[in-house]
Amino acid sequence: MSTVLQVENVEKYYGSRGNLTKALDNISFMVEKGEFVGIMGASGSGKTTLLNCISTIDRVTGGHILVDDKDITEMKGNTLNRFRREELGFIFQDFNLLDTMTAYENIALALSIQKKGSREIESRVRAIAGQLGIADVLNKYPYQMSGGQKQRVASARAVVGNPRLVLADEPTGALDSKAARLLLENFTYLNEELGATILMVTHDAFTASYASRIIFIKDGHIFTELKRGEEENRKSFFNKIIDVVSLLGGELNDVI
Amino acid sequence: MMSFKLSVKNIRKSIKDYAIYFLTLILGVAIFYVFNALENQNVMEGITQSRYQMMHLLVDLLGMVSVVVALILGFLICYANNFLIRRRKKEFGIYMMLGMGKGSISRILFGETVLIGLLSLAVGLVTGVFASQFMSILVAKLFEADMTSYTFSVSVTALKRTIFNFGIMYGIVFVFNVFSISRYKLIDLFQARQKGEKQAMKNTGLAVAVFLLAVAMLGYAYYVVGYKTETLTEQKAGLMIAFGCTSTFMIFWSLSGFLLKLLRSFKKLYHRNLNAFILRQFSSNVNTAVFSMTVISLLLFVTICAFCSGMSMNNSLKKSLKEATPVDLYMEKTMDLPEGYDAGLIENSHKSVVEMLEDFGFSEECLLPGYVEISVYANQDITYRTTLGGYFEEASARFPMLQWESAESIIGVSDYNKLASLYGTRTYDLAEDEYVVVCSFDNMAAIRNYSLAGGTQLVIGDSILKPKYAECMPGYLEMGATNTNTGFFLVPDEVIAEESGKTLFRERNLLAGNYAVSTEEEKRALDEVLMAVTKEKAAQYFRADGITKITYYESATGLAAIVTFAVLYLGIVFLISGAALLALKALSESTDSKEGYEILRKVGADEKMLHRALFWQIGLFFLLPLLLAMIHSYFGMRFVAYAGMLFDKSDMLSGVGVTALILLFVYGGYFLATYNGSKRIIDEK
Repeated sequence: MSTVLQVENVEKYYGSRGNLTKALDNISFMVEKGEFVGIMGASGSGKTTLLNCISTIDRVTGGHILVDDKDITEMKGNTLNRFRREELGFIFQDFNLLDTMTAYENIALALSIQKKGSREIESRVRAIAGQLGIADVLNKYPYQMSGGQKQRVASARAVVGNPRLVLADEPTGALDSKAARLLLENFTYLNEELGATILMVTHDAFTASYASRIIFIKDGHIFTELKRGEEENRKSFFNKIIDVVSLLGGELNDVI
Repeated sequence: MMSFKLSVKNIRKSIKDYAIYFLTLILGVAIFYVFNALENQNVMEGITQSRYQMMHLLVDLLGMVSVVVALILGFLICYANNFLIRRRKKEFGIYMMLGMGKGSISRILFGETVLIGLLSLAVGLVTGVFASQFMSILVAKLFEADMTSYTFSVSVTALKRTIFNFGIMYGIVFVFNVFSISRYKLIDLFQARQKGEKQAMKNTGLAVAVFLLAVAMLGYAYYVVGYKTETLTEQKAGLMIAFGCTSTFMIFWSLSGFLLKLLRSFKKLYHRNLNAFILRQFSSNVNTAVFSMTVISLLLFVTICAFCSGMSMNNSLKKSLKEATPVDLYMEKTMDLPEGYDAGLIENSHKSVVEMLEDFGFSEECLLPGYVEISVYANQDITYRTTLGGYFEEASARFPMLQWESAESIIGVSDYNKLASLYGTRTYDLAEDEYVVVCSFDNMAAIRNYSLAGGTQLVIGDSILKPKYAECMPGYLEMGATNTNTGFFLVPDEVIAEESGKTLFRERNLLAGNYAVSTEEEKRALDEVLMAVTKEKAAQYFRADGITKITYYESATGLAAIVTFAVLYLGIVFLISGAALLALKALSESTDSKEGYEILRKVGADEKMLHRALFWQIGLFFLLPLLLAMIHSYFGMRFVAYAGMLFDKSDMLSGVGVTALILLFVYGGYFLATYNGSKRIIDEK
């Protein structure tokens, strides 16, 4: 198995010299190809900052982030844009779909930005839509869809370009529990059947329990790591997560 | 005090976002002042009499145009305000949520209106005062006034008029705002945004049907206005204008309904780069702006036509001057009045033009030998109606507006040849049973050609004449009437000699010739005499009209100047109003689509792609109304060309060139400013 993501001693500071906040303090971890990794932490723990750094939306203060052995902290300008659109897929809490476009067009956008031909776009969009169970909403607009459908469309957009790494930021944050479950089952499908590598940030233990490995972050440090066993079911993994969360204490107690 | 602070803050923010609109307001005030200040320019002293009159005509005309301009600017201000206030619903909602009463909100709005009003008036007027100094120089040049008496001047009348007009506009705006605030409910204010986001989906079939209907209506209107112009009555013209306006609206309405569907079927194009996004954005822009697009398109149409025809007219006036004035003076007077008139008048009516001029102390020596005086004959029974013969029915159906009972003018061919050789125009030979129709006014010639081609005979007493040519021939009598001679008949000299006093009566005499003096001053002095005959003493000679080369030049250049001024004034105001409306819409759309661009950025589109998308989104939005306006204008100009009579194609072409330049500069400028403003909006983090 090859390493897709390598985070090495990443640091991110905010503020000036007199009033320095260390949002990320010497974080290192690796994600292998085909893994489904969750990152958990309370609000303010630095998990979103970490995701922003990996997704190249934000820059690190120190350390390196390697995707497929390419150092993205060294990239600039168009190389960075190109990297972002070809190697990464994003799923956001608030869907970030374009209101004026249909589901089909929203998904197709990821491919047309990569300058793919219209025939290829069509076949790939239809394929992924079928796999995620949104084939019947392809011609609908975001405001005609439920939250769950919107998030699945967003997921389809994220993976349709076959990115090396899918980054999801609180993907279930705006969904009810039924829609959330459906979405997470889709994530599992993407991960297990299509081999997508997923890095998901969440503060919700239930959502996190779908991942195969969880990295806990507290105050900018890695607090601990939890790995789901080969034969372990989700229920017991969930209980383990709860244990860690209680240990972490404080704000994360609203997890269930 | 609190509300005033809020007003100032709000203004500061909106001035940043909608700078183009505020610039347009300032420009509007400045232009309004400049054109209204024209009459007070002290350079107007010391220009010649005829120019002075022209100047007055100009001032009167500009006064009338100002009313239209005020209406248009008023519309712009009200519309823009209405638009801006709707965008602020959420803000008002927050004020109300915080416990602010509608009275307080109105106070904020009052403060804003007063601030904007004062600011735009102050800056606009200062700009206007300085700009009007340049205008004076331009006017002085056009009217060849003496610039030595020039001083810096401020027109109090124009100041008052500008402040008064804009004061009323801002007053209306304020009342309107208070009215709309009073109707708002808190819940609506909060939901304002969400409601706006859902767009009404149109039934594609209906949209296509409406589009086809609109195209058919437009096509019909184009055909009637551009190709069947002669059948236009006032009522019909009004109907065609209504057709044009309605179908413009229908086209924009329906386009937003099916254009996208159409474009989506071109999958390759649609899914290339950000095209899908651009086209979606564009179509939603059009969808929410059908009415403004219509207004803008029509404003542009008027602008283009005004510029084009104004410039073309100016050009063709100048160009035609030389050929229109082959001699120094031309004069005609009524001859041989019948019984029933005053005895003195009848006696005077037997005098020739030269004899009449001598009565005014204008000796024959003042004229170069070789001047020509000829007679024009007429008969009550030889009218437009009779000379058309069997074609009258058809012609009267096609041209219902003509005076069919007017008597035709008949001239002996050798008399006419004398005049023609003096003018340097074509001369004619006639056999004893032939006649020729000389007519240089194309529309009239078209009618006459029908009858000539049919060989219609001309019966004068015992003589029966047939047409020598199957169509009208070129030539004219009155100086300046190069293209507007509606037609006269040349007949053999024997016919005149035989029938004079029996069936033909001498109607008027024409005199054409050159002065025997060489300096400009001397010529002007002689002109004065001629003009005096025309103006004051005409009563003694029933009717006597003179045209001289100098007065013709002056009035023509004066007229050209007037037309240019009026057209510039109206056209520029229309243009900036339309462009400002469009800019305002586009900017607010950019604010709305900021989120969309943010998403694109996250999905991996780079800045270059985003800017390109923005460029096209706004570019298409600016282009669409212009495109329709240009198509309208093509047919509109055909009408102008028909009604204006003055143009030939080459004049039109240079007018079109100038218009295109102005459009490119002003409209293109607005587009670029909007694009840059939008870029700032979407790049803002």
